[in-house]
Amino acid sequence: MREMNQIRLGIGPAAFRIASAWRQPLEQLSGLYQDYPAPTDGIVDFTVRLEPEKPWRRYIRPSVHIGGDFWLPDAAPLPLAQGLLAAEMGMNLQMALGWRRHLLLHASSVEKDGKALIMTGLSGSGKSTLSAMLAERGWRFMGDEFALLDLDTGNILPFPRLISLKNQAIGAMRQVAAADRFGPEMKGTPKGDIRHLVPPKPAIERMDESASPALLLFPRFGHEPALRAMGQSEIFVRLTQASTNYVALGKAGFHALTRFVDRVPTKAMDYQSTDQAEELIESLWNQLP
Amino acid sequence: MMRDARSLLQALREPGSVEALGNDQWPELISIARAESLIGTLAHRLKDVTVPDRVRAILQDAAEAHDLARQQALWEADCARRALADYPGKIVLMKGTAYVAADLAAGVGRSIGDLDIMVAREDLSVVEAALLDAGWEWVKPDPYDDRYYRDYMHELPPLIHRERDRMIDVHHTTLPLTARPTPDARAILDSAIALDNGLRVMAPTDMVLHSIAHLFADGDLAGGLRNLWDINLLVRQFAETDEEFWTDLNVRAKTHGLIKETQRALRLAARLYDTPVYRFSAGHTQFSDYLYARRLLARDGYGRETRKWTRFAFYVRSHWLRMPPLMLARHLWTKWRKGGKSLE
Repeated sequence: MREMNQIRLGIGPAAFRIASAWRQPLEQLSGLYQDYPAPTDGIVDFTVRLEPEKPWRRYIRPSVHIGGDFWLPDAAPLPLAQGLLAAEMGMNLQMALGWRRHLLLHASSVEKDGKALIMTGLSGSGKSTLSAMLAERGWRFMGDEFALLDLDTGNILPFPRLISLKNQAIGAMRQVAAADRFGPEMKGTPKGDIRHLVPPKPAIERMDESASPALLLFPRFGHEPALRAMGQSEIFVRLTQASTNYVALGKAGFHALTRFVDRVPTKAMDYQSTDQAEELIESLWNQLP
Repeated sequence: MMRDARSLLQALREPGSVEALGNDQWPELISIARAESLIGTLAHRLKDVTVPDRVRAILQDAAEAHDLARQQALWEADCARRALADYPGKIVLMKGTAYVAADLAAGVGRSIGDLDIMVAREDLSVVEAALLDAGWEWVKPDPYDDRYYRDYMHELPPLIHRERDRMIDVHHTTLPLTARPTPDARAILDSAIALDNGLRVMAPTDMVLHSIAHLFADGDLAGGLRNLWDINLLVRQFAETDEEFWTDLNVRAKTHGLIKETQRALRLAARLYDTPVYRFSAGHTQFSDYLYARRLLARDGYGRETRKWTRFAFYVRSHWLRMPPLMLARHLWTKWRKGGKSLE
């Protein structure tokens, strides 16, 4: 069989090998990830494979099947123009199905003063955009997809991969971030229009630096600004749903999550604009012990 | 670039040999081991060997994942035991769950998916009703598939538990009814060995022969390296503890009509895993052994399936083994008209 092109990427504690039948997605990846340190010894945790769905689909209407060490049987292939997205989805899939060294929360996170703000919620809640916005306003970006909860220390570790901007968020970020930080615009993906954004420098330079979780928010975009208290059992259950490996970690996952829910102040937050959200967040942040 | 799965065999056979691997080779070995569902086994085999830090972490993850899988498999078996508490017949655990329940070497680090049990054929409807009553449901509501399972297969259509989302396969023998060998299901139940909790596992020779039947008389050798590794460990352990094992295995293979398959399995286990086998039981080397080995090793350092034509040939063979030609034609025709995939 044909050799594949491959590159290696280190993101936070995880290292990946991305093998692809085509050069293009890898060239885009290497460009966008150029400031990330390569895995020191070349050894990686996961392999992602981007392959033609059928042999002839390498050339004719090229269609990218996402495979790798961990995979889903029903993953839909993507056109080659969305190869970068396929690679990112492949890496997320490896983490979601294979990572066991931390409890994985499907959440964005940012840090200030050594303390982490974690935002989780359904897609469309705005958690990813909020983390990207806050990262341009004095917070350190830690991740827009996964927050890694350390099973021993209870700290949050960064997983600052490229920020995946969707639909209106693309335009909003274009106004605050330099043009050379953006990847190619991908229209009409299964998740709408997508454009990747390289996180700010400090996010990459300090990607091994954990932070103590100080505040958990369940943001909801499009409603009158408001903060609401939530019951601990509701928080716990929603976090088990937001975790991709809670069940796989067994007892260790249960202990880490109960400790997290016990210690971290939590609010549901409704908002209609980044400014409103920032104001609400600052008000909560200033009251923290 | 690793072109086949040979490096995985080498690592499993001689764990110390991995110390010579370069940093570029480790990710390839790990991809191959994951693709062949042997990463947990590899983790166990490399426990005392010096490996790079990140590899150690990966192996540690795999070992922990399999500890949990083991616990879940035993729990699932116990759920079935409780659901069938009123059933007076024998319930025999099969495959991975049996290996861990009986605390065999083959269970260490082994991946375990569904729960497989075997009961007497005449009791299938009682057992099925009890499981449905306890929360299991049909996975395939398709009437053709359902009929097919009931008329021609060695198991009921798969059931899934509505709360725990775990599958159970209820067998009444070890090979499809349409396969050429006809194992003696009654004999398997008669000699099954009781565990402390009242569940049973097959007697050693039957356990080996079931694994052999599954790999060489049914299916297309997918996941074959893992199954052959099971056979390797079972044979090693049983032959070491019982000097009559080889004689018994031979007698029992006759009973089940699996002489040729047994010889083939032993030759391949010896060839790929250095299993010490009694030469008389293994028969003579055949050219086709080379084809089997080629098929079993068809995996490259990216974790990709390779040797498409060899794979396809074994896929065709699996249907040939399973059904007489006319029936195969009818089956494929029905499946094609339905636009569905072939029955696995």
